[in-house]
Amino acid sequence: MSKNTGASRFRKVNVDQYDEDCYQDDDNDDGEQGPSESEVQDLLQKNKSSDALKVVLNNAPLATKNQQVKDRALNLTLRVLTSFKTPDIDNAVKSLDSKNIDILMKYIYRGMERAQDSNTSALLTWHEKTFAVGGLGSIMRVLTDRKKV
Amino acid sequence: MAEKHNFGIQPVTCHTFNKDRSGLALSLNSSEVKIYKKNGSKWQPTSSLQEHGQRVTSIDWAANSNKIVTCGADRNAYVWTMNSDGTWKPNLVILRINRAATFVKWSPNEKKFAVGSGARLISVSYYEEDNNWWVSKHIKKPIRSTVTCLDWHPNSVLIAAGSTDFKARVFSGYIKEYDPKPEACSWGSKMPWGALMAEHSNGSGGWVHSVSFSPSGDRLVWVGHDSSVNVVDAAKGATLTSVKGNFLPFKSVTWVTENSLVAAGYDCNPTVFTYDDAGKLTLINKLDQSQEKAAGTMSAMNRFKNFDTRATSGDSTSELKTQHQNTITEIGIYSGTKADCTKFSTSGVDGNIIIWDIKSLEKSIAGLKIA
Repeated sequence: MSKNTGASRFRKVNVDQYDEDCYQDDDNDDGEQGPSESEVQDLLQKNKSSDALKVVLNNAPLATKNQQVKDRALNLTLRVLTSFKTPDIDNAVKSLDSKNIDILMKYIYRGMERAQDSNTSALLTWHEKTFAVGGLGSIMRVLTDRKKV
Repeated sequence: MAEKHNFGIQPVTCHTFNKDRSGLALSLNSSEVKIYKKNGSKWQPTSSLQEHGQRVTSIDWAANSNKIVTCGADRNAYVWTMNSDGTWKPNLVILRINRAATFVKWSPNEKKFAVGSGARLISVSYYEEDNNWWVSKHIKKPIRSTVTCLDWHPNSVLIAAGSTDFKARVFSGYIKEYDPKPEACSWGSKMPWGALMAEHSNGSGGWVHSVSFSPSGDRLVWVGHDSSVNVVDAAKGATLTSVKGNFLPFKSVTWVTENSLVAAGYDCNPTVFTYDDAGKLTLINKLDQSQEKAAGTMSAMNRFKNFDTRATSGDSTSELKTQHQNTITEIGIYSGTKADCTKFSTSGVDGNIIIWDIKSLEKSIAGLKIA
């Protein structure tokens, strides 16, 4: 007879790893490096925040599994987002295509995970404007997509 | 324009009609399948099929042979045939699966049926007369996760399957010793058993909730949990067209003509899309146009109704403007065929089945043109 030991460690065993047919994400890590920091820095200094936003969204490292690259891109994106003046946000969001709206929404949620006092209000404003364009669908895609930012 | 039938406060997980729409089989999120008969404008319960040990996940009523097939989370499927006295006789199908069965569908010629399952396979069953039982064969490769939905090609050979590994696939369900040899179609000319004819993904992670072949069988649509609607046209090079909209995800989709499709789900509102010959997929309109309800004092009956369904006596401000008050679980063709559907039915988590008249909706909604 087996005894009830109260052990719960077995619950943490990932049984799927012993299953050779189990689902695996498509591995297409082609060494994405994310957006170039100097290019974005340059655009920010010239007050071209809107262009800087497009650069970070178009070069978002989605496929890579390298967390450092993702973190670096996140910090850069947050810097771009907080550099906007509130009245300009509307136009910047409206100039994005639907793919970039989804990526922007992912960055907003990821940014809120590590919110600091300095950027929460900016992120909430971004969220409001992005939601007005992307709707509930873009939030669904933040929740479901395996390609995280 | 839309007639509403209520079946209590339990969700209607799946529903199906018989050929002349005088009979209805549904499951209210339980292990029981209820059969109703149409009496005037009301549905009257006639029998209850209680063979399943766990939740019934899918039902399909074959139009011509009048057989019902059901499958459930207890890993079983039953084929029900009607006795001369109107009772139903179950026939257990050995599916040989070790996870829940999720979806079942008769082939158009009603000789086979396919069952999707959490065991990452599709079980195709056909009747063996000598032994008087249903035999199952498995399609396994390369499915990597639960099969959530299926649809048959009009040739009764090809099967489309959507899965939680984010892909929609087309398989051959050709059983050599049983089926007549299929003719070549746009998905391919050679169709040995279990062959993967096509595999598509829209590149992002959304569980596939529903798949549907167009009436010609050339086009395949699927909807996913990433709020997307995706169409592939095999006759035109199988390029993928996706709409990732700002709506909530759809749970179910079906074609209503060769070019138009209706999808419904978490929005509680059936939505029409059109796929034109140039390969462009566009959202046309939502079919449930909100009508402002007159605010007034609440009748005693409504007060108790609210007590019953929502455990609140107050005026419900949470009421949705759509006819379905909760997620739509399934769409079915009610009259006509996929090629010229005039009415379709939707079942919802709110316990309702609503029958929508496309032709009269087309007249009443400006800009709604179903091509």
